[in-house]
Amino acid sequence: MPSSAELDALRLSLEVALRSVAFSLPFAVLIAWLLTRARFPGRMLFDAFVHLPLVLPPVAVGYVLLILFGVRGPIGGWLRAHFGIELAFTTAGAALATAVMTFPLLVRAIRLSLENVDRGLEEAARTLGASALDRFVSITLPLMLPGILAGAVTAFSAGLGEFGAVITFASNVPGVTRTLPLALYTAMQSPTGDALALRLALLSFALGLAGLLAAELLVRRVRRLLGP
Amino acid sequence: MLKVAVVRKRPEFTLEASFAAPTPGITAVFGRSGSGKTTLVNMISGLLAPDAGEVRLDDEVLTDSRAGIAVPAERRRIGYVFQDARLFPHLTVAGNLRYGEKRARAAPQLIGFDEVVSLLGLAQLLERRPRQLSGGERQRVSLGRALLSQPRLLLLDEPLASIDAARREEVLPYLEALRDRFAIPMVYVSHQFDEVLRLATHLVLLDGGRMLAEGPVSELSLRPELQSIVGPDLVGAVLEGVVTRVDPEHGSADLTVGRGTVQVSVRGAPVGSRVRLQILARDVILAAQPVQGLSVRNAIASTVTAISNDDYGQVLVRLDVGGETVLARITHHAQKALNLRAGDAVWTLVKAVSTRGHAFRITPAGV
Repeated sequence: MPSSAELDALRLSLEVALRSVAFSLPFAVLIAWLLTRARFPGRMLFDAFVHLPLVLPPVAVGYVLLILFGVRGPIGGWLRAHFGIELAFTTAGAALATAVMTFPLLVRAIRLSLENVDRGLEEAARTLGASALDRFVSITLPLMLPGILAGAVTAFSAGLGEFGAVITFASNVPGVTRTLPLALYTAMQSPTGDALALRLALLSFALGLAGLLAAELLVRRVRRLLGP
Repeated sequence: MLKVAVVRKRPEFTLEASFAAPTPGITAVFGRSGSGKTTLVNMISGLLAPDAGEVRLDDEVLTDSRAGIAVPAERRRIGYVFQDARLFPHLTVAGNLRYGEKRARAAPQLIGFDEVVSLLGLAQLLERRPRQLSGGERQRVSLGRALLSQPRLLLLDEPLASIDAARREEVLPYLEALRDRFAIPMVYVSHQFDEVLRLATHLVLLDGGRMLAEGPVSELSLRPELQSIVGPDLVGAVLEGVVTRVDPEHGSADLTVGRGTVQVSVRGAPVGSRVRLQILARDVILAAQPVQGLSVRNAIASTVTAISNDDYGQVLVRLDVGGETVLARITHHAQKALNLRAGDAVWTLVKAVSTRGHAFRITPAGV
């Protein structure tokens, strides 16, 4: 029987991953669009910056988040004063840390799909009277859907297991920020936690596999729907 | 009237063209691949901006580089049928057709959905996806989609180029039906002269980004600029006439052209309809005396007006046949044997059969 600690960790992981994807998706679409279609000075630097979490130690990302979004940080302090939002050591904070870490995965997938959208179709829409925003919503976005879905599922799966940035920024509070990998780590530290650790590890493994398979199936189904 | 005068300079290619196309009417932009035809129509559509110049449609300025006017493509109400159809893959045929219709609500609704569907034979295809269509079907849907956006001008960029020759008949009759049914002016890009002959009234000749000539098809058919593009086998005068008698059993018709009558091979052209006909110069036989006992159906007394050497080592003879100009290509030997000179009276012989595939009805069949 799974213990309540396991269920808590599983529920939290799902919640954190879901919130992180929901929050970062619109930004990822916008930034993928900027990186693919817009020409502006410093584009390469911006591109590198977006991809930075892929190569940085997660702890460093968590640390930077703590400085910026901490209770006394420039953004964190402002959010708290104006909206009463606290991010450090909360589930929302864990979601933010996860979002930052999985953001490059999301942007890469979306960007790839945007590069594959035939600009000729947008031109055709233009001659049929569609404005720029209209074209994006009615043509570009639906054609990017396979990439967006694939990116979202991959980011979600990766988000389930984000460890370093979460523990640094949001700490390891049971029921609040103790997601699957944090619970696993905690169990491993405890002298009686061997069995729990093994069950959590197997759970993580199963979730990851399911996520990747779901992404693949989803993409195939949507592709078939959209045609070549 | 569609007035175009544009220049676009790029290191690898410069396009310069200026012409006035009658509206309504079909204007063909004709030239080899790479002559700048697509660039030209893209500038008319607004998808591409000229470096300098203007585009006017019926007194409305669409582009005027000097006045800084450039109406965006989405507000020009110019329909565009692309060479590769460009149907939206995530929409059904019906969804594709409705796309432009929905966005043209403010425009006068001259063309209805049901009418387009029946005219273009799309009823069976409405629920299909673009990938389930043949090349010809795709172009018909693309044509319908453009029509339903209620365009004031329709641009067609080689709509038959991506369809194999045998299947062009899946589209060409629909283009004729369109011309007969709606008074939408069209600009038709092509590098196939038979399409031009069949559809267009006005011709703009492009070569290497330069406009060589423009004018009515019949007038340009006599010009060397066109002859150099179509090659020796397709040189020939284009004439227009009215059908005065038909023989449906044998697919032939008598055509009054100028002051004379010719028998041609044409189908689907009832008495009273207008027919455009090209008499290929290589198919014309000249005789110094009246001939007897030949199978040839047309033997017309005519006058030689000019003789020139063509680019292919042969002789091009210009003839006045009942007030119309006809071209004949003969060899140097033949010219010497007949001792032909300008001003000579000759008999021009044209087989009715040789006009098959070169004669097309150009007014609605019902008239």
